Amino acid sequence: MIQADFQRTLSPYDSAATKPSRWYFRLHIDPILVGLLTVVIVYGLVVLRSAVDGNEALYTAQIQRYAIAYVVLIVAAQIPPNLYLRISPLVYVVGMILLLLVLFFGVSVKGSQRWLEIPGLFRFQPSELMKLAVPMAVAWYLQKRSLPPSLKYTAACLGIMTLPALLIGRQPDLGTSILVFGAGFSVLLLAGLSWRLVLWAGLAISAAAPLIWQFVLEGYQRQRVLTLFDPQSDPLGAGWNIIQSTTAIGSGGLFGKGLFQGSQSYLDFLPEARTDFIVAVMGEELGFVGIAFLLLIYLLIIARGLWLASQAGSTFGRLLAGAFVLTFFVYVFVNVAMVSGILPVVGVPLPLVSYGGTSAITLMAGFGVIMSVRTHKAW
Amino acid sequence: MAPELSIKDQNREVELFVGRATTLFVLVVLMLGLLVYRMLELQLWNHDTYKSRSDDNRIRVQTLAPPRGLIFDRNGRLLADNQNASSLALVIDKMPEPSESLERIGSLLELTNTQRSEMIARVESNRRPDAPLVVVDSLTEEQVARLAVNRHLLPGTEVVNRLVRHYPYAEIAAHAVGSVRRLSDEDLRRVDPVQYSATEFIGKRGVEAFYEDTLHGRVGYQKAESDALGRLRQTLDVQSPTAGKDLYLHLDIDLQFAGVTALAGRRGAVVALDPRNGGVLAMVSQPAYDPNFFVTGMSEAVFGSLSTSKYVPLFNRATNGQYAPGSTFKPIVGLAGIGLNATTWDTVIEDRGAFQLPGQEREYRDWAWTKDNSGGQGTVDLRRAIYRSSNVYFYDLASRIPVQDLVDFAAQFGLGRDMSVDIPSAGSGLLPDPVWKQGAKGLPWFPGDSVNMGIGQGDLLATPLQMAVVAATLANRGRLVQPRMMRGIDAPKSGDGESSLPSTQIALEQVSTQDWESMVAALEDVVHRGNQGFRGNGTAWAYIGQDIDYRMAGKSGTAQVVEISQGEEYDEETLSEFDRKHAWFIAFAPVENPTIALAVLVENGGGGSSVAAPVARAVIDAHMQKAESKKVAQQEMLVQR
Repeated sequence: MIQADFQRTLSPYDSAATKPSRWYFRLHIDPILVGLLTVVIVYGLVVLRSAVDGNEALYTAQIQRYAIAYVVLIVAAQIPPNLYLRISPLVYVVGMILLLLVLFFGVSVKGSQRWLEIPGLFRFQPSELMKLAVPMAVAWYLQKRSLPPSLKYTAACLGIMTLPALLIGRQPDLGTSILVFGAGFSVLLLAGLSWRLVLWAGLAISAAAPLIWQFVLEGYQRQRVLTLFDPQSDPLGAGWNIIQSTTAIGSGGLFGKGLFQGSQSYLDFLPEARTDFIVAVMGEELGFVGIAFLLLIYLLIIARGLWLASQAGSTFGRLLAGAFVLTFFVYVFVNVAMVSGILPVVGVPLPLVSYGGTSAITLMAGFGVIMSVRTHKAW
Repeated sequence: MAPELSIKDQNREVELFVGRATTLFVLVVLMLGLLVYRMLELQLWNHDTYKSRSDDNRIRVQTLAPPRGLIFDRNGRLLADNQNASSLALVIDKMPEPSESLERIGSLLELTNTQRSEMIARVESNRRPDAPLVVVDSLTEEQVARLAVNRHLLPGTEVVNRLVRHYPYAEIAAHAVGSVRRLSDEDLRRVDPVQYSATEFIGKRGVEAFYEDTLHGRVGYQKAESDALGRLRQTLDVQSPTAGKDLYLHLDIDLQFAGVTALAGRRGAVVALDPRNGGVLAMVSQPAYDPNFFVTGMSEAVFGSLSTSKYVPLFNRATNGQYAPGSTFKPIVGLAGIGLNATTWDTVIEDRGAFQLPGQEREYRDWAWTKDNSGGQGTVDLRRAIYRSSNVYFYDLASRIPVQDLVDFAAQFGLGRDMSVDIPSAGSGLLPDPVWKQGAKGLPWFPGDSVNMGIGQGDLLATPLQMAVVAATLANRGRLVQPRMMRGIDAPKSGDGESSLPSTQIALEQVSTQDWESMVAALEDVVHRGNQGFRGNGTAWAYIGQDIDYRMAGKSGTAQVVEISQGEEYDEETLSEFDRKHAWFIAFAPVENPTIALAVLVENGGGGSSVAAPVARAVIDAHMQKAESKKVAQQEMLVQR
């Protein structure tokens, strides 16, 4: 079967293969994408500098993490897409096993069981792995079938996505669960899933919303949604985060209060200022201009990523790369929307800006894959 | 599951992908547009709202309580100062679960039940949930340490250092200086709420109450930046409070001590005045209380015993205790008799121990009367009637003076009214007259009422402070002075500050200078006339006059509390504690140029000469000793020059 795949993808239609081969091409690097990513990372580090409020150790740790992330980016780019294709089912299966392990042996942090720990060595969230594994698996499933996918294949894809999403939702980690599902779903969208179907599904979910509200959402999740509409109903409890983050952003104005001048963050009014709410620090200290600049760079990364994906030499590569780009966007949107009070609070970090290692490394691995599918031609 | 055998059309799939990617990219742009729109909404269109909300978050305007003015005695010793105390304050708004936190604080600090309920009461009556509210007044060092360690668990708690009132002499000067109490809602309706917005205590008694406006000062403000837990980070702008003005009193803490010591635990009062200006040199009321309790809080047991004790320690006997003056009233009657031509210094009567109004059977007795002995002081003139304290002489004299004339004359000594300049709610005693009696008792004035008034009994009542004014007026040979606590504000006066204050002096014109000197001589005999054999000595001589090295004038008084039936003897043993006689002594010294005049009252103490006179002697001794050493020091200085 793999052999057949290989033969089928070795096609004469690859126009990119005829392009001149530059040094970075041989190194499987896209300088524009790497440059844009570096702009975001450096910019993020500047804001983080303020958010860590003098905690040098944290800051150094984050810089080390980015060093690792760059290595991961380069390495991921060197691996031919064919290998990704071949390991996709394996990664998915391993990911599922790890998720099951989390369910039984996971470590609880702040009330949800998300982590696997090998004591003394490290601990990590298998759900992060699934953010890559699910789109890989869906792309793997679809690449050998004619596109747009039929209803049957669509259903199979939904199964591939839903299973891990449910496991992650049980941890409970609704945010990641939705992101994982969304990553798989973006593959389907890019593969040509009928818009009509999407529309119907949307209507069906809307119709089922009351049932979801009643039976799926936990009490605290319902509270978060309610808080979104009326943060003042519980200003010291659930509404606190939203009130303080919108206050921080709004008080920044056009140009902000100046770097290191954010009273909301440095007086501890802003919760999670280093991690999920870091965009509020940016908004307070650098203002509208600061946030608009960030969103612009994100947009450029997305545009470049989609273009690179479209240049891939295989269906698998295109779908996978495109899905990574869209997932990246979903991160950005959900995080900024949450912090600015348009979406309920879910634990989603701001890509390449928030403090934390797992997310940064996963994302950079994704961008490595995108560069890989663009630059590996002869397979 | 075999894949469908359809030939994959790579070109078509690329086109499909590009189409999808383009569509989704447009969607991405739209969604990012939504975010940008949201940012515009927050950062530009509603910027002002969020800006002020952010400032409200961080900037707290605090009012700063002015330091209360200090109170000094005449020698510059502190009677009331302010001490640093670490207190626990709460910002209720910053506490997620106030009741739970209070519980936790209670067990962390090992507070007593009283302290806990006090804490809860203060939280419940809190005026400003966004400002720190002191709930525990004085923390021990250990409590401060415990709070510091557990601070992260207790958002909204702060240890604040503030100045609280402290009375170094505690009970000794309690009734004279007064005390502060925690500001109540009722107080807030009376005072300027802005000026008192940071103030916790308000003067409630004595000098503290009367000079509240002077002592309080003016409120200050501070703009401060505080963090999410309500902790102060930095001060942005300060307008310092203006401290209250310091008060310098006439009070001499040494005399105060002398009075307390001399009373030796007995209930009673001592009021000593500077006769030249009415300055209150000593104001003792025993039993007293520790005014510091009202600042730092007291247990229910302590408060209970203070407020319900039958000895009423919170009651200021010196200014509000009203007692029949007894024989200390006799000098006034005597002078009235002279002034109204009812008697002369040479007129004598025969005192056989009892007096009867014409046509009445009731016997008015001499103080020395017993069943076996009629008492009686023999042949007495006014001078002897004073130093022997003859009752019969004054029964007779008073019965012959028109009552209204006697009352009008007595009123000029300040009886029946509150003469004080700066003593809050001092009692005015009672100077009865026919109008009063008709109104209060519905009875006409009987001749017997005049007879009783002749020896300071009947309905006549006076406070120790009023009797001290009487003593001062006698010392001044008729010049009335108003009692006053305050000697000066802020800057201590150079020199003695003992100049007379003529503006408040009223002369008693019906009596000549010679008459005053004669009365003073008679009063001097009370103390100094000795070794004269049976019924020849001054009443107080045996108790205080034998080893005295300065000249003192005085008059004893023994006031009956309950009426003793005709033919019955006064027997201390059979009377209950509160029915026994009150002992009075009024005195001044030195006889020429007096510098101290005082009244001593010992409640249910017994005889005025035996019980009250030694107290008076002790206080005047202390005063004279100081005056002497001062004189010596001044002479030494002169010699050195």
